[in-house]
Amino acid sequence: MATAEVTHDSHDDHGHHEDEGFIKKYLWSTDHKMIAMQYLVTGIAMAIIGGFFAYVFRMQLAFPGVEVPLFGIVSPAQYNSLVTNHGTIMIFWVAMPVLIAAFGNFLIPLMIGCDDMVFPKINRLSYQIFLLSAIVLVGSFFVEGGGFGGAWTAYPPLSAVSEYNLTPMGATLWVVAVALEFIAFLLGGINFITTAMNSRAPGMRLYDIPMTVWMIVVASILFMASVGPLIAGAIMLIFDQTLNTGFFDPNKGGDPVLWQHLFWFFGHPEVYVVLLPALGFTADIITTFSRKPLFAYRTVLYTVFGTGILSFTVWAHHQFISGIDPRMAHIFTITTLLISVPIAEMMFVYIATLYKGSITLTTPMLWGLAFIGEFLIGGVTGIFLGASGPDIFFHDTYFVLAHFHYTFFPIAIIGSFAGLTYWWPKMTGKMMNETLGKIHFWGTIISFNVIFLPLFVLGQLGQHRRIYSYEGFGELMREDVLLGMGMQDLRVLATVALLIMIGFQVVFFLNVFLTLRKKAYDAGPNPYNANTLEWLAPSPPGHGNFAELPTVYRGAYEFSHPDRELDYWPQWEKD
Amino acid sequence: MDWIVQASTFAADVDFAINVIYVLVGFWFFLTFGIFLWLVIAHRAKPGQKAEYLTGDEREPKKFISRAHMLVLVCDVAIVVAAVQVWVQVKQTLPTAPETQTVRIVSQQWAWSFVHPGADGQLDTADDIKTVDELHIELDRPYIYELTSRDVLHDFSVPAFRLKQDSIPGRVITGWFQATVAGIHEIQCAEMCGIGHGLMPGKVVVETPEEHAAWMQSKSGGAMLASASR
Amino acid sequence: MRPVATTRSASGMTTGRLAVWWVIVSEIVIFGGVLGSYIMHRLANEGWANVGFAGSTNAWIGLTNTFVLLTSSLFAVLAHYAAEHEQDGKKAANYLYLTFGGGATFLCIKAFEWTTEINHGLTITANNFWSFYYVAAGIHASHVIAGMIIMLFVAHTAKQGKELHRVELIGVYWHFVDLVWIFLFPLLYIAK
Repeated sequence: MATAEVTHDSHDDHGHHEDEGFIKKYLWSTDHKMIAMQYLVTGIAMAIIGGFFAYVFRMQLAFPGVEVPLFGIVSPAQYNSLVTNHGTIMIFWVAMPVLIAAFGNFLIPLMIGCDDMVFPKINRLSYQIFLLSAIVLVGSFFVEGGGFGGAWTAYPPLSAVSEYNLTPMGATLWVVAVALEFIAFLLGGINFITTAMNSRAPGMRLYDIPMTVWMIVVASILFMASVGPLIAGAIMLIFDQTLNTGFFDPNKGGDPVLWQHLFWFFGHPEVYVVLLPALGFTADIITTFSRKPLFAYRTVLYTVFGTGILSFTVWAHHQFISGIDPRMAHIFTITTLLISVPIAEMMFVYIATLYKGSITLTTPMLWGLAFIGEFLIGGVTGIFLGASGPDIFFHDTYFVLAHFHYTFFPIAIIGSFAGLTYWWPKMTGKMMNETLGKIHFWGTIISFNVIFLPLFVLGQLGQHRRIYSYEGFGELMREDVLLGMGMQDLRVLATVALLIMIGFQVVFFLNVFLTLRKKAYDAGPNPYNANTLEWLAPSPPGHGNFAELPTVYRGAYEFSHPDRELDYWPQWEKD
Repeated sequence: MDWIVQASTFAADVDFAINVIYVLVGFWFFLTFGIFLWLVIAHRAKPGQKAEYLTGDEREPKKFISRAHMLVLVCDVAIVVAAVQVWVQVKQTLPTAPETQTVRIVSQQWAWSFVHPGADGQLDTADDIKTVDELHIELDRPYIYELTSRDVLHDFSVPAFRLKQDSIPGRVITGWFQATVAGIHEIQCAEMCGIGHGLMPGKVVVETPEEHAAWMQSKSGGAMLASASR
Repeated sequence: MRPVATTRSASGMTTGRLAVWWVIVSEIVIFGGVLGSYIMHRLANEGWANVGFAGSTNAWIGLTNTFVLLTSSLFAVLAHYAAEHEQDGKKAANYLYLTFGGGATFLCIKAFEWTTEINHGLTITANNFWSFYYVAAGIHASHVIAGMIIMLFVAHTAKQGKELHRVELIGVYWHFVDLVWIFLFPLLYIAK
């Protein structure tokens, strides 16, 4: 009823908002785009911290005992804390805020054609809780005893008893930070789901929704349905740490394996929570740059639902050798391998989308394609670990580590760069430099593979994770294991490649900096001739997003329609 | 492909299951990756040529995907069979041969301690031999282990045996192994157990019966006397 | 000012109602985690039915509290009826205050009960039953408190005849909190 009027008002607001103070505009804003930027900036800042940690412990592994520049000599306690918090940060404070929160906040209202999230104030609150959680986590590195070092899975009794972990404050702050982060994302998730369910533009049916929105919504639902037990577990763990209860302490009648169930019941769906947004970006990118409809849109959706439901039935494949009833392993092997069916189908569908397309290899397209290629490696190596028998050997080796970096790196890093380069013109109104973009792409992708391919070999040779120095293990210092290189040479190779990869990120920041100049090339509203609604809004969209809220007439991927001269058919165009 | 020495009876079986997966998964990976690369190269944009409008509802192209995913399912079944078979062998059966011996493995921050049954072949008798960080076993003799922990979770992992098992305080977990290659095989802790996690290497010393007897002799001279005088 | 997004309802449900149901879904999983863990432990420890464990809980107090919460839920229903069918914000607000009173009574009884138990040495570290008892009931009580605070806000706006749809939303949430107690009561008090 009041739709037209409110739109009008909000547009008039535009000028007024420009005049607001710094705090109101950047820190206290309820605008979904500004909140998205807050998440993005916080996520990138945390990524720099997490990346720095990776640099320090990789240096220690390649050159044990050496004084690491910018850090110093790494002690075993520091090493444990670095690997623990590297994992925690990269998953909970980088992948989640960037992929789900930043892109979800920025894109959902734009892609479904409305002016904001349905609960702007809850949205702001969600970011503030998230920021608090980040501060608590970073603070935990500086308390007495140092940051928590009991691995990102925080298995008790190690994580529960300070006499064992020797980081009394660090461990508690770590759990508190994680629990706060979960609450932030529960609030954010309710916003995403409700917005996408209720606030779609008139005419947008379920099957007209862009894949990115679908994926972020399904991811939010998965998160919501899986994180509860771990929140409960986190409360119990905090009480074990601070009040000396014995939920997870066998000496007091508790059960340490209970935590593992609570953790992995969430932990496995969590993989799909971060995977799905990246898959969504990729769907939008490869259709745009191959000028093709998404091959079998509905099949993609069904595979997503199938994967999501199955992901609740596989958690104990992380616990094959953890002392659970060995008969359980059969069930979880079967469910885990079943997941390969929808995921393989999804990969096939994405690849089929390229068939008879008209492909342009722009920077975002390269990132999107790289996501598919690298994720394939991550996917197939997971089969080794989901199969109970082989997992006896592979569990906790570098093979596992390489496997999940081949899933998480494509998800968190490649996915984020795909999304950032693709939607950068929308976010800032400026095009990125393609040459710099491609230099950054190839530098990152090649060095990524050089870091992690050797780690598969090290895992296959029996090297275990989270070990401070391999000098005490003769079996892990073998010479001439691959192309004339010894095991230590492979470690050095991985570390050098990491340094190179970090170096190439400078190119990206340079590119970002260049687009912020006035001289940079203006993008216009729809630089790629894409179909989805965000490309109707001005770049960057003002307050209220659209000059006039759009109506939707067709699906999101009507590229190269035979009845049409142009090779795209925007959702908002009547004919 | 054996990357590292197969030093137990089931090592080759674990490796076989792994190799089954390498073959099946390798096939799918190279096929998919090859098609993917080919499509990217073959369908680059050419001026004046429009992409084909395929929504995926067409029967012909869809066939490839539905058939492929049925094949994936068949491969999954093969992998499950291979994995379960070796799992049952390693984790769900215990040796019953009369020469089987039992050793006790106790993990703690940050060391392994082992209790060997000694000359009488029984644990918890006076001739038990206790060692730290060194497990001495006899070649080609099946052993049952009783694994437990004093404090936090640890994991008894011997890569050369393809053996790995978490230890949990308050529980005794049993399993087995039978070494087939004499020499020293390293133990790594495979569950984060605190500051010293990376610094608790242990050794499994696999000896011929004669060497083993000599080692027991050297270790338990006093204990033997004690049991003889009892 | 409210964005247009909030006024749309493509799903056929109002935004607020949809969101409350999603909140409840996530809460169900949280309580499911606590209660699932408790039940697993309970099944593994038969001794938990004895005195010193569940045997020492006071079922009469638990029953009284069940009654108090159910009554407060009734007031929430009446408040909803007044807001939706009679459009009477003042009346709805008054019923909400009664609901609030029910929550406050519940908390007072709870405080008395816990004080007695703690004085008898049945603290959170007494044994794992009592750890679960305090954690499960504590998480529930924190939801009661949160609901009461929100209820004051809702009653405040409803009294001025504004945002009457919120009366229903807080009611739905309150019923959920009530329902959780319906699960907690037999699990913690009756199963002896």
